[in-house]
Amino acid sequence: MNFTLKIWRQRDAKSQGAFETYKVTDISADTSFLEMMDILNNNLIHEGKEPVAFDHDCREGICGMCSMHINGHAHGPSQAVTTCQMYMRKFKDGSTITIEPWRSAAFPVIRDLVVDRGAYDKILQAGGFISVRTNSVPDGNAIPIPKKDADESMDAAACVGCGACAATCKNGSAMLFVAARVSSLAKLPQGKVEGARRAKAMVAKMDELGFGNCTNTGACQAQCPKSISIAHIARLNREFLAAKLQD
Amino acid sequence: MSCFLTNSSLGKKLVMSISGCFLVLFILFHMAMNLTMLFSWEAYNAICEFLGANWYALAGTVILAAGVAVHFIYAFILTIDNYRARGKQRYAVTVQEKGVSWASKNMLVLGVIVILGLCLHLVHFWSKMQLVEIMGMHNSLVADYNVAPTNGAALMMITFSNPINVVLYLVWFAALWFHLTHGVWSMFQTVGFANDTWYPRLKCLANIVATLIFLGFAVVAVYCYFVSTPQLIESMLA
Amino acid sequence: MAYKLDAKTPAGPLAEKWSNHKAAIKVVSPANKRKLDIIVVGTGLGGASAAASLGELGYNVKIFCISDSPRRAHSIAAQGGINAAKNYQNDNDSIYRLFYDTIKGGDYRAREANVYRLAEVSNLIIDQCVAQGVPFAREYGGLLANRSFGGAQVSRTFYARGQTGQQLLLGAYSVLNKEIAAGSVKSYPRHEMLDIVIENGEACGIIARNLVTGEIERHGAHAVVIATGGYGNVFFLSTNAMASNGSAAFQCYRKGAGFANPCFTQIHPTCIPVHGTQQSKLTLMSESLRNDGRIWVPKKMEDVEAIRKGAKLPSDIAEEDRDYYLERRYPAFGNLVPRDVASRAAKERCDAGFGVNETGLAVFLDFKTAIERLGKETIKQRYGNLFDMYEEITDVNPYEQPMQIFPAVHYTMGGIWVDYNLMTTIPGLYAIGEANFSDHGANRLGASALMQGLADGYFVLPYTIGDYLAKKIQAPKIDTTTKAFDEAEAGVRARIERLFAIKGNQSVDDIHKRLGLIMWDNVGMARTKESLEKAIVEIQALRKEFYKDLKLVGDNNSFNVELEKALRLEDFLELGELMARDALNREESCGGHFRSEHQTEDGEALRHDDKFAYAAVWEYKGIDEVPEMTIEPLEYEFVHRAQRNYKD
Repeated sequence: MNFTLKIWRQRDAKSQGAFETYKVTDISADTSFLEMMDILNNNLIHEGKEPVAFDHDCREGICGMCSMHINGHAHGPSQAVTTCQMYMRKFKDGSTITIEPWRSAAFPVIRDLVVDRGAYDKILQAGGFISVRTNSVPDGNAIPIPKKDADESMDAAACVGCGACAATCKNGSAMLFVAARVSSLAKLPQGKVEGARRAKAMVAKMDELGFGNCTNTGACQAQCPKSISIAHIARLNREFLAAKLQD
Repeated sequence: MSCFLTNSSLGKKLVMSISGCFLVLFILFHMAMNLTMLFSWEAYNAICEFLGANWYALAGTVILAAGVAVHFIYAFILTIDNYRARGKQRYAVTVQEKGVSWASKNMLVLGVIVILGLCLHLVHFWSKMQLVEIMGMHNSLVADYNVAPTNGAALMMITFSNPINVVLYLVWFAALWFHLTHGVWSMFQTVGFANDTWYPRLKCLANIVATLIFLGFAVVAVYCYFVSTPQLIESMLA
Repeated sequence: MAYKLDAKTPAGPLAEKWSNHKAAIKVVSPANKRKLDIIVVGTGLGGASAAASLGELGYNVKIFCISDSPRRAHSIAAQGGINAAKNYQNDNDSIYRLFYDTIKGGDYRAREANVYRLAEVSNLIIDQCVAQGVPFAREYGGLLANRSFGGAQVSRTFYARGQTGQQLLLGAYSVLNKEIAAGSVKSYPRHEMLDIVIENGEACGIIARNLVTGEIERHGAHAVVIATGGYGNVFFLSTNAMASNGSAAFQCYRKGAGFANPCFTQIHPTCIPVHGTQQSKLTLMSESLRNDGRIWVPKKMEDVEAIRKGAKLPSDIAEEDRDYYLERRYPAFGNLVPRDVASRAAKERCDAGFGVNETGLAVFLDFKTAIERLGKETIKQRYGNLFDMYEEITDVNPYEQPMQIFPAVHYTMGGIWVDYNLMTTIPGLYAIGEANFSDHGANRLGASALMQGLADGYFVLPYTIGDYLAKKIQAPKIDTTTKAFDEAEAGVRARIERLFAIKGNQSVDDIHKRLGLIMWDNVGMARTKESLEKAIVEIQALRKEFYKDLKLVGDNNSFNVELEKALRLEDFLELGELMARDALNREESCGGHFRSEHQTEDGEALRHDDKFAYAAVWEYKGIDEVPEMTIEPLEYEFVHRAQRNYKD
């Protein structure tokens, strides 16, 4: 298969970026999208040009590192997968593929397709944890947790922190990410203890870092590689408002 | 507590949700009132008379205006926030995501159309009715007719005898329909009353409310257009 | 000068060693902890849990990771689960049984005391993770659920769907975040350690490169902890993440830390086969598939050829023409033999010419019998997500046609030598998790890697590091302007400049792929004296070529992935040779290390306990010099070493 690639190139956060067009030829349909990028990069190196910088690591859809906006979709046109889990057979032979970095004020471009997602770490540092010390804990079976609650908590905990939600949202809102963490812990008895504090602190940090406001479009859920539901956003809203009303 | 309604994204959203809910309730009331036109224009005028420049009607009007203003101003504040959050550099290629409604991504545009329609509506009706009473006058001139401020039925008949007005109002109602299909379920989501089981129900409710409102208003406007004759208007003014 | 290795194994009965040791070692008072700095390199399960626990204790901790967030570490990709001897299933599990299974699974090449401690703290890990909010699978009664895993006769594996590693890492990462917020831990994402600094024989800091700006930074500390995982990527193709590397460990080795058993590599039997020359990463299919899948190749060569040409589908092959070779060779364990055995059996069939894809390097994993027996729905419930993933990657529907699988490099048991305190041969330098060599011997059991990372980080290192730091309470802040730091930084700069100056024709990946092939063909699943000697010669030649013909684009003062890769490859080119040398020295077969000269009549691994019951610890002597080996004898006081038998 042959493709024309329109890729965003930008030297660093301060530089002006622009699209550049490249051609890749003779790509097997079984090649993964990132392997196709590897092939392009190896060609570029042999031509003495700088390869396209992009984030990637596990290539199994779990680390959350890969982050490309492909033909208008975060993580490409396939549903419920990360960029690394996409294969070239999903694309039409001879087509042009436009590849952009995440675009959101809170995710500045570091280089080419690489963005700085440190804001997500900061939100979690604000309260995305249960305050337990190592070793001062009860037996794992001391508190029974209904299977349904544990399962729902796990649904939310599947978030890989890739940033697709904020990158896709027309408002640049990180609500799905924040909600996934708040909701996952809120469903567990051990997480409920500091639930109110957590919801307030994380929302405040999210606002402070310049993420936008959720308008319930649901675009985040549609593009989330882990299909995390906006029902978790409803739970965050509930947790937050209940916490505020108690103040 | 005091300030989360103004400085927190979720607080601001709560204000949108509550004010939106209030406006939906008002619209439903207004629609019910309009529907009396289909049965008896005298009954409609009786309501108009009741809702003249009395203290309770005036207080209601002020609260309503405040509701609209809050909903509108917050919408702009949120949109400006969101525009900033999106960053300077925009995507070259965007798509409509699966399962994402067009209305949800265009609430501000729809809202602006609704507001413009509202302005037109205030010129057409409120300025000829409550405003006239407030100013202590007894009638106003509409398309060569002298209409008393409590004669809402005649005013409606005169206004919708003009097909341009009918079309403008239908466009207005359509924008409102789109706005409500997203807005109604969204206000439940914002206060946290929603989950995967309830999304289909809430979205269905939103569609029902939006459609009911559209039909309830549209049918009266269209009805007036078809039945309005100079004779009928004259008789109503008599 | 050979090492004087002291494992510091405490005396006393097996079950009391750890308690006795904890009672005997020194502690640092809270007021003094505030004065002490610790650097933790790597933020996977080991690094994150250690940094969080040390921060809680009051030390000043700095953490370094090469990715954009601590949460990306490759621990996240572990699927199956984590073992613990809770005996929640009432199947007569115990700490001793977990200890015994682990030491036997490792083919008796691990230290008894270390493995027993691992089993002992395993229960605490589960409690800790539950308290952190890890959503482990639950039964309807609300209590924790378990599943079975290879190499054990009890059900002791705790899991969170197929994402156990992710959930455990997010748990450790969340408590790490708590400490970052509290100010006790300072995080340096997108930073790579390029050298360790030694002063007066003790570790006192690192040289790190800021991967965004290219700046070379100095960081001093009273102790340095290496938690950077394994070096499986020396093979280029492995199930490791793309950025996983052995460089931090290798810098420690260069500066004098002993490197133990580098040849012990785990090859996982169920990975998706390589499909061409452009592949960059292999995908693991969970070991759990072997519970219901049957592994086979055709009996007749004409069927093999017909399948390769596409003239026949695998499902066309009649039952009597299929060779279920694991069931044939190992009637008692069948498809559930340990990983090393299953991998070698697949290789044996493919070497005989029965590989079923165009490369001849694949066997079938078939669910036909299971679907007939249990129904498609049940199979879907059990493995639905794995089947979907397989179809996404290969475009073959595994409900209709068997999966194709082949072994791939997965984990490295070898690593930096550490004593019972997890300290390396360099005082003040510690190694934890996959980066050290301590607990898995020659082969690791499934669901034990997560256990070891967290055991080291939460429950061992925070105590044992105090024993060393108690001597440092009078020490001032580390001065990073000393000669040792100057030299280390100059060395790093010179290394980088040297690579840029080569200006050759081959990219990093071009050379890395060639190294990978040499390693896979000669230091892979089966090794011989000849293949290993050949590998050493070829790697040395390739290394020379690297220094002559590397093409490195870009510059040092910006985000430059090629430079990162080149530096890692430079280390792999030496590490590969070290692995071959270690494999050459170990003239026996054990666990993941199979020397074809040393097998039983049935083709099974043949250990030589009389000669090789030791850990081989290598000391660096220079880039083209032969390293010196020191032996740490493995004395077994409590367990009798037996030949592993999976036939009957």
